Amino acid sequence: MSTAAPTLEVEDLKIIGIPSMAAIVEELSLEVRPGEILGVVGESGSGKTTLGLALLNYCKEGTRLGGGKVSVAGQQLAGLNWRQVRQLRGRTVAYIPQSPASALNPALRISTQLKECLSGPAAQVLERVRQVLREVALPDDDAFLARYPHQLSGGQQQRVAIAMAFTARPALIVMDEPTTGLDVSTQAHVLATVRSMCRTYDCAAVYISHDMAVVAELADRIAVMYSGRIVEMGGTAEVLSNSRHPYTRRLLLAVPDLLAKRPMIGIPGHAPSPLARPQGCAFAPRCPLADAGCGTVAPAATEVGPRHTVRCFKSEQPLPPLQLRNPSISSAPAAGRKPVIKIEGLTAGYGSKTVLEGINLQAYAGECLALLGESGSGKTTLSRCIAGLHHNYTGDISLDNSTLAPSSFKRTKDQRRRVQYIFQNPYESLNPRRTVEELILQPVTAVRGKVSNAREIVATALERASLRPDHARRYPDQLSGGERQRVAIARSLATEPEVLICDEITSALDVSVQSTLVDLLRGLQAEMGLTLVFITHNIALVRNIAQQVAVLERGRIVEFGEVERVFADPQHHYTQSLLTATPNFQLPDRLSTP
Amino acid sequence: MRRLLFRRTLFGLFTLWVVSLVVFLATQALPGDAAQAILGREATPERLAALREQLNLGGSLPEQYFGWLGQLLSFNLGTSLAGGTPVVSAVGPMLLNSSILMLCAAVIAIPLAIGIGTWTALRKDSAVDHVTGIITLVLASLPEFVVGVLLVLLLATGVFHLFPAVFVLVPGEQVWSNPAQLVLPVLTLVLAVSPYIIRIMRATMLEVLESQYVQQARLKGLPERTVVLRHALPNAIGPVAQVIALQLAWLIGGVVIVEFLFRFPGVGFQLIDAVTNRDLPVVQALVIVIAIFYVAVNLLADVVTLAANPKVRTAS
Repeated sequence: MSTAAPTLEVEDLKIIGIPSMAAIVEELSLEVRPGEILGVVGESGSGKTTLGLALLNYCKEGTRLGGGKVSVAGQQLAGLNWRQVRQLRGRTVAYIPQSPASALNPALRISTQLKECLSGPAAQVLERVRQVLREVALPDDDAFLARYPHQLSGGQQQRVAIAMAFTARPALIVMDEPTTGLDVSTQAHVLATVRSMCRTYDCAAVYISHDMAVVAELADRIAVMYSGRIVEMGGTAEVLSNSRHPYTRRLLLAVPDLLAKRPMIGIPGHAPSPLARPQGCAFAPRCPLADAGCGTVAPAATEVGPRHTVRCFKSEQPLPPLQLRNPSISSAPAAGRKPVIKIEGLTAGYGSKTVLEGINLQAYAGECLALLGESGSGKTTLSRCIAGLHHNYTGDISLDNSTLAPSSFKRTKDQRRRVQYIFQNPYESLNPRRTVEELILQPVTAVRGKVSNAREIVATALERASLRPDHARRYPDQLSGGERQRVAIARSLATEPEVLICDEITSALDVSVQSTLVDLLRGLQAEMGLTLVFITHNIALVRNIAQQVAVLERGRIVEFGEVERVFADPQHHYTQSLLTATPNFQLPDRLSTP
Repeated sequence: MRRLLFRRTLFGLFTLWVVSLVVFLATQALPGDAAQAILGREATPERLAALREQLNLGGSLPEQYFGWLGQLLSFNLGTSLAGGTPVVSAVGPMLLNSSILMLCAAVIAIPLAIGIGTWTALRKDSAVDHVTGIITLVLASLPEFVVGVLLVLLLATGVFHLFPAVFVLVPGEQVWSNPAQLVLPVLTLVLAVSPYIIRIMRATMLEVLESQYVQQARLKGLPERTVVLRHALPNAIGPVAQVIALQLAWLIGGVVIVEFLFRFPGVGFQLIDAVTNRDLPVVQALVIVIAIFYVAVNLLADVVTLAANPKVRTAS
């Protein structure tokens, strides 16, 4: 690690929202030295993107600088006029956005977008552009330069965005979740590129992410953000092995373990919104160690080691032992099990395009079958076929040995009752104009007509999904993301189903919430004898919830079997490549035994 | 892209064919027969027979239709009943005059509206934005003849006396010989067409300005001019082109009223004249011409929208 003067220094930064005047980021200080990568980890609403943009002297609409100092390469950002800020951006500080698909201009060729970062003679600019493209392992010929963003794959788009940031040889790079939405193998490539580029240019970097596993692999130092403050910051090894803030510790436990040696444990409750942050320590309402003092005064950052600070009054205390609701389910197949869902020779497509071919699968009663695959592998189409939402297929799907009609309209009410679906994004799958109670009752009245014990059904469903009875009267926009997904779960449980299809149900949610949801599903599976079909792209999740896994690659099942066996000894090269590309996040022993 | 354009063109031609059918059937729908309807009760049998001959009223319906369509396709539009001159030479100059009027209006209104729309989008929620919003809303809700009358009151007869209130074409001169006469008709059309384009331009531009790629362009340190002109405008123009086309197509309808108001010698004025005189061949010719204009403008808008979208443009 270099000891040179820091490239980036932030001192007591405060950013407020207008017109609420609520602080989005507060008391934030950090420094990054040349060649150093600082990983900023936080859940949604923690203010990490706002911080990232502030480093380029950019405030999103509705936010304003409220005080503090940011200096990059010796320049104070606050003192610069508009022209100087423009000069700074792209040349001294560059930004790599979250989603390259929306951050590259769809109407402009990539050569235009790369060249405009530089000024100077055209030939020289073009030569530099080609050089950077080679460095990020992209072709540098004219044909490639003439392409439009939509003619590139997701990974190529992100590498173009990286190239764009490095073109002008900046001193600092800010990356905002640059690998979210990418497949694991693409993510591995992109991360390797970022690392080598930072090394080549001796460039300081701030890497913003919600994914602890990625940050742990990439960053030299980690800053954990919660509710607009950095609650803990230190060297990566130090933060992982000797974390002092209760939030950091619980966050680490919430990350799913690729080897499934330890259970993933969520954090109860949810992060407060910037408008309603509690007085004192913002984490106190969710903290197992909190006492009255924590709720009145916010703890200041204190040094607990070399370049290791923490904001907690209780940083010396260990966490109390955690109550595990469900010990890991045995993954050994039970004797005499029978398939509930059986798929034989299924081929499906859209129009003339085939997306699934020759699918043979069984889901056994009371077990969880995971469908694992990258985007475009056909896993959602498969689950929609099972649910009767996609009926352009040939082959046979049977429920308890009776063949299901392709279209859900043609299925019997009882068949529809027995198979329920939970969608990926709870922000879109709940009708915003209906109360939770109405939402939960909808599928019930659809399959059973008017029911007399409506209230009772809602109460049971809410309880099963770990929601409070008073949630029934609320509307979806009064709920947090995790609560919304619980409502979606409650809705699917209300009809007393036997098969639950969960389509990437945690991918729109934070890690701490993801773990509590997985925990909840496993509990329900044990209590109600549910059969789960769990669609995901996350291998670590599969290991933590499923007994059986089917790995999909471009519409075909390349591997199908017991989770334990498949991952211990993957036969297909695709499964092997998925396993090596996924960051293997392992906790030091001290933490892993709660 | 070529295939798409080819299909759109075919569809346009199909629309024109349907229009020709409607025009033909409308002629047939006149009570009695067209010749009787045109000449009135006092017509002598000889004159009726002569007119029937001229209007192709002999034979079965399909025969009549295809005879008429054949004439149409060979630009033989018959003879004007009022003047006795060939329809082509009667409609031709009027069409030219109207085209000039509309071209002036379009050339002024489109860049102006795009400019104002973009400008107000960049100054969202400022006083300028609010005032523009109110003015465009008021103008959009006023019929064009009200706007025209108000302009006459303001600039010709009432407050100021800057421009003539009616158009007087001296025989032997062209409509553009006296540009001052063109100002009020053109201004009326501009004021009628612009508000919609301004509003849709502002809305589309706002959406584009909030996009990630515009934010990224700003974070790359590009000058605001480049951000707006290179990054935002090409992405906003596609949806706006459709609205512009609708407005231009409307222009030819609006021009009828505006021309009548200012007594401008164009197709609109002529159409009203022809309808009053029951000059059937002229009415038929004008309706077909207006339909061609409609189809052509919409086709043009499709081309612009497709060309603004690189996904379509690069698709083989």
